[in-house]
Parts: sequence; C-alpha cells; structure tokens
Amino acid sequence: MSQSVMTPDKNMSKSMGRSPAEGHRPKGEGLRGFMSSSRSDYLLLAIFALAVLTMPIWLAPIGAGYPDILQKFAIFGIFALGFNILFGFSGYLSFGHAAFLGTGSYAAVWMFKLLSMNALIALVFAIAVAGVFAFLIGFVSLRRSGIYFSILTLAFAQMSYNLAYSVLTPITNGETGLQVSGSDPRILDHMFGSPSGRGVPDLFGLELQGWPGFYFCAILLILAFFVTMRIRNSTFGLMLFAIKSNQNRMNYTGFSTRPYLLAAFVISGMYAGLAGGLLAVTDPLAGADRMQWTASGEVVLMTILGGVGTLLGPVIGAAVMKYLEQIFSSFNEGVLHRAFDFLPGGVQDFMVTIVSPFVGEGWHLTLGLLFMLVVIFLPGGIMEGLRRVSGRFKGNRGEATAPHAGH
Amino acid sequence: MDAIILQILNGLDKGGAYALIALGLTLIFGTLGVVNFAHGALFMLGAFCAVTFSGLLTISERIRDESVTFFEAYKEIPYLTLWYGDTGQAIVDWAVPLSILLAVPVMLLVGFAMERGLIRFFYKRSHAEQILVTFGLAIVLQEIVKYFFGANPIPMTAPPALAGSADIGALVGASNISYPMWRIVYFLFSLAIIGMVFAFLQLTTFGMVVRAGMADRETVGLLGINIGRKFTIVFGIASAVAGLAGVMYTPILAPNYHLGMDFLVLSFVVVVVGGMGSLPGAVLAGFLLGILQSLASMTEVKAIVPGIDQIIIYLVAVVVLLVRPRGLMGRRGVMEA
Repeated sequence: MSQSVMTPDKNMSKSMGRSPAEGHRPKGEGLRGFMSSSRSDYLLLAIFALAVLTMPIWLAPIGAGYPDILQKFAIFGIFALGFNILFGFSGYLSFGHAAFLGTGSYAAVWMFKLLSMNALIALVFAIAVAGVFAFLIGFVSLRRSGIYFSILTLAFAQMSYNLAYSVLTPITNGETGLQVSGSDPRILDHMFGSPSGRGVPDLFGLELQGWPGFYFCAILLILAFFVTMRIRNSTFGLMLFAIKSNQNRMNYTGFSTRPYLLAAFVISGMYAGLAGGLLAVTDPLAGADRMQWTASGEVVLMTILGGVGTLLGPVIGAAVMKYLEQIFSSFNEGVLHRAFDFLPGGVQDFMVTIVSPFVGEGWHLTLGLLFMLVVIFLPGGIMEGLRRVSGRFKGNRGEATAPHAGH
Repeated sequence: MDAIILQILNGLDKGGAYALIALGLTLIFGTLGVVNFAHGALFMLGAFCAVTFSGLLTISERIRDESVTFFEAYKEIPYLTLWYGDTGQAIVDWAVPLSILLAVPVMLLVGFAMERGLIRFFYKRSHAEQILVTFGLAIVLQEIVKYFFGANPIPMTAPPALAGSADIGALVGASNISYPMWRIVYFLFSLAIIGMVFAFLQLTTFGMVVRAGMADRETVGLLGINIGRKFTIVFGIASAVAGLAGVMYTPILAPNYHLGMDFLVLSFVVVVVGGMGSLPGAVLAGFLLGILQSLASMTEVKAIVPGIDQIIIYLVAVVVLLVRPRGLMGRRGVMEA
C-alpha cells in the first residue's frame, strides 16, 4: 500500500493531502475535477485492490500471512474508513461509533438465527439496522457540534452498551453473547432444504472460514474503499470538507449543513454496521463489549494513526494497530529472551526486564504511548510521515506541507 | 419515604465524587481551554495514593501468635503498632484519611508535571487533538497502575470509628434509617473541598486572577500577568482535588486500575450538563446526577421503566443538551459552536 504514496505521480501524491485545501485543489482543474474520479484515482484503486488481495503473500514475512489476522485488517479497515468519512471529512469527532459496530453484529447474528446462514442476507440486514440506528442517534446528536457532539455520541453509545447488558438481554443474550445454535429456525435455509448443519456462515454454499473468509472481507474492503473514494470526489464530499474548514461560512451562505452531516453520519454508521456484520460472519458471535466506549476509542486511534482525512490512512492505521495488537499481546518472557538472544546474558536480562511491561498483558501501555506520540509529533498520522519522507527524497518540498512540524 | 431518603443519601456521596471531578475538569477547561480526558485517571491515581500510603503504614512483622496454643500460628503486626502501641495502631486505622498527607503533594506534582510536560503544548491545538492526547495519557496512567498494583480491586477500610452506621432517621424526624457513616463523611468532605476551592477563587488575589483568566484570558495576559504560570498552579489544584476525591472514595469502592475511566465518562457528562466552564454548574449537576442515578435504581422505579438505572445519566444529558444546549448554568459564548 505504501508504494502507492511513493509513486512519482504528482497529482496523486497531492490528492493524498491531509487538509482538504491541499488535497482538493489540483492546479488548473475546475469544479469538474471534484465531480469525476480522475484517472489517478482509478490507478490508486487498482493498486489498493492489488495490495489488499496479495496481502497473504507480502505480509507473510512479518508473520501476518494467515487468514484470521488478515480478516481483522480488512474488517477494521472498513470500520476506520467509515469513521473517517465522518471525522476525517467533516471534522465531527464521534466517540460512540462502536455502538453501530455492535448493532451490526447483533443484526447479522439474528439473521443467521432466523433466516439463513447466507452471509449476504446478514450483511444487508446489518447495514440496514446500523443505518437506521445511526439515523436516530445522528438526528439528535448533530444538533450540537464540537465537544458536545462527542459527548452526545458517547452518551448514546454508553446507553446502548448498558441496555444491551441489562434490559435488552432477550435480544442480546447479555454477558454470554448472542450465538447461533442448532435449534434456530433458519426459515430460508429450511425452505430451500439446505440447513447448514455446522452453523458456519456461507456465501451460496461456500463456507466463509479461513481463506474464503478473508477474500470475502477483502473484496468488501475494496468495495468500501471505492465508495469512500467516490464520496470524497463528489460534491457531497466537497460539502463535508467545506463544513470541516468553516461551518459558519457555510451557514452564512444560506446553506443547511445538517442534512449533509446526517448523511455522512448515517453512511459512516452503515460502514460500522458492515464491519460489525463481517465480524459476525467470520465468527458468529456477538457480545456487548463491542459497543463499549473503549472500542469507540480504538477506531478513533486507528484513524488518527493512519492519517485523518486521507483515503488510505485509516486502512493502514487499522492494519498496523491490529498487527501490533496481535504481535505485542502474544509476547511473553520466553519469546522476549529468544528475541534478544543475540545479546550477552546480563544485557539480555536487562532488555527483557525493560521491554516486558510493554508486551503481553501490557500491550495497552504501548497502545497509549503510541497514541500520545502520534498525536504529539505526527498529527497527520502515518500518511503524513510517509509524505514527509517522500518529500525529503524529492528535495525539501515535504517541509512546507507539514503544518504541525514541531511545536 | 424512607427508601427515597435512603436513595438520596446514596446519591450524595456518589454525587460528591462526580462534583469534585467535574469541578477540576471545569477549572481546567475554563482557565486553560483544555479538554482533559485524563482527569479520571487523576482520580484513580489519588485512590492508589491511599493504597500505597496504607500499604506503607502497615508494613508488618510476622510474629508468633501466642494466643493459639494448639499449633504454630503466626500473625502480622504492623511495625507502627509494635513501636508505638495504641498510637501506632490508631495511625494504621486512620490510614485512608491520613493518605491525604501523601496525596496532596503527589497529586500537585503530577498535575504540574502533566501541565508542563504535555498539556501546555496543546493550548493552541484543536479540542479533538486535546481529547485524543489526554485519552492516550489516561490509558498510559491506568496501565502503569495496573502493572504495579495488578488488575484486581484492592479493598480499603474506613477508620473503625467511622466504619459503622449512623442513625440518620432521628435527624430528619423520620423513622429508623441507618446509613454507613463513611458515606456521610465523604459527602461532608466533598462539600468542604468544594467550599475551599470556591473560597480560594473568590477570596484570594490569585483566585481573582484565575477568575479573570477564565473570563478573558487574553486581556489578563496583556495586563502583564504571567498567566501561564498561574494556570500551571490551577492545573495542580484541579489534579489535587481529583486526587483527594479518589483517596476518600476508596472505602466506598475498592479501587482498581480502570476506576478512572468509569468515572471519567460520567464526570464529562456532568460537566456538560452543568454547563461547560461553570463551576457552580459542575457542582450542582454532580449532586443532581448522583441523586438521580440513585433514585433510578430503586426497585419501584425500575418496575415502571426497566433499565432506567443504567441510562438515566446519559438520558438526562441528552435531554439537557437538546433543551438547554448551554447546560444548566453555562455561560454565554463558551464552546457554543
């Protein structure tokens, strides 16, 4: 994925820009440039699709070439892409997006239970339910902006989380989590005489476990990426960027911003619903912890880490974070001793003592530090970092575009 | 009726904790313009100051238990008791309130360090970035505490003299209502701290400058007052207030590492309900929401609206923000985007 940023294509590396003002004003192009996806965008899409589909090959050397983790990359990539449509494009920081992820999971599992193990039906339902839910929450929350908006979304997400644990237990199965079981009605499956005995979600007979599961998620990720790209290049996307840069001016020009924001909120909620549905497809189990506000914080972090407002950033951020989580949390003292094997005994023990609080159980400590370091030193995330590096290579152009370099 | 009084009492101590945290949040927001998501972690650090301090006080020696004659039995007696007899034992018993002695300097230092080391670089950044960096800091702080103290809650005991129940009923002329004494102590304690903060702001020159800074930071700076240094101290004070709230809360709720996060979300809701930047609003909303939460957890209420106890605070926040966007006592022009 990173190669695409490094390509010498001027127009493209420009359109990766962090701020809309940079990214959306290619020289010499009028409004028409916003309306239609340019050729470089399709090139980017092609490279992105290729990179995603070949992940099993080029991620194998770093130990991520197996379907379970790649699925997570793709699913959380979708989640972060959707979150970025709201936060990155319009600047509204929602702290309650996990609610839609959880809703999507519950909806998908219910479809598995009631209708069919077919993943498509479940996903469509998950997206629809999350969309309706996002519409209701967004309709209320978007009456405020800034930190009030963040608190409102947080309040709604916490409400959903608390309710899922208490009163809504008949729907959510409380702490145990919602699961499929052999005694579910599965009306459609029985009607067409193909009751999936193992309770594994499938796509018209193809069981979505292992590699097929990954490729299913990957194709949806590419699709989601394409849609995000189209949104960014549309007038709608332009409106969102305008709201981000100066909402007051939008209002003064007689423009009602709320419908656009609501649409962005619902779309990003639907992305989250899709991600939640996919989580249920790859593992038919839904628990309320997916709705907790730490989960909302996680998606914010992925987006920030990758690069807010960029196209590729959130996907990269999600993958990097899930990868680090996997790697760091699996480390223990034994693994560490092996990792520092090349050092002499005393130094080795010392290094293990230093590093061990940051891995395994302590992975969240690393996460928090990473979070702080990124926000402090690299507010544009990995994408800005790459841009600076590529700027160095091409002379000193990179420095001019780094808005927060040092402080 | 008794049940209602009991629930209101229940709400008072929780409300006290909310109010103290929200007070610090509002002070920081009003003066520095920073949204501090790590404030819950400061509350948690305070609680662990108490854990550390009482741990230090109760360093014990294992000695033979003479009262058991059947087999070899040992008991642990704190050195303080061994050395100073009853006085020492009293100090051990009063470990939690005495922890304040440790917590105040420690929390002041933590506050100074936080403001000088991190927060001051974020004055000019967006609120979103402030939220994110302090959120990261909160995670770091709570993981450090988890590393040293483990993940399990550590139960703390109130001094024996204050551990029992008090008969409140006699005071209000109702029938027999007994209520844990420590919770009443906590309520009074929170009132005292709130009173001290307000007195400090209203009666001292320093407080006057701080209030002026809250109203118009730029002008105060132009008058030649080193506002940055004053604000560092304000941050320290807010941090100490949160820490003290945490110290005294330990006998009510055994502290664990994610205590801060649990309180933070609610405290933020409290601040928003009270009105961003309004100190009386924060206090009022803290107690109000604490009491409402307690009332909503009554079985009679839950029978009418199931699950209301889980969501009441958030529900109130949503309603208040939609009906009175500025919060209960919010000032004009503060975060009104």
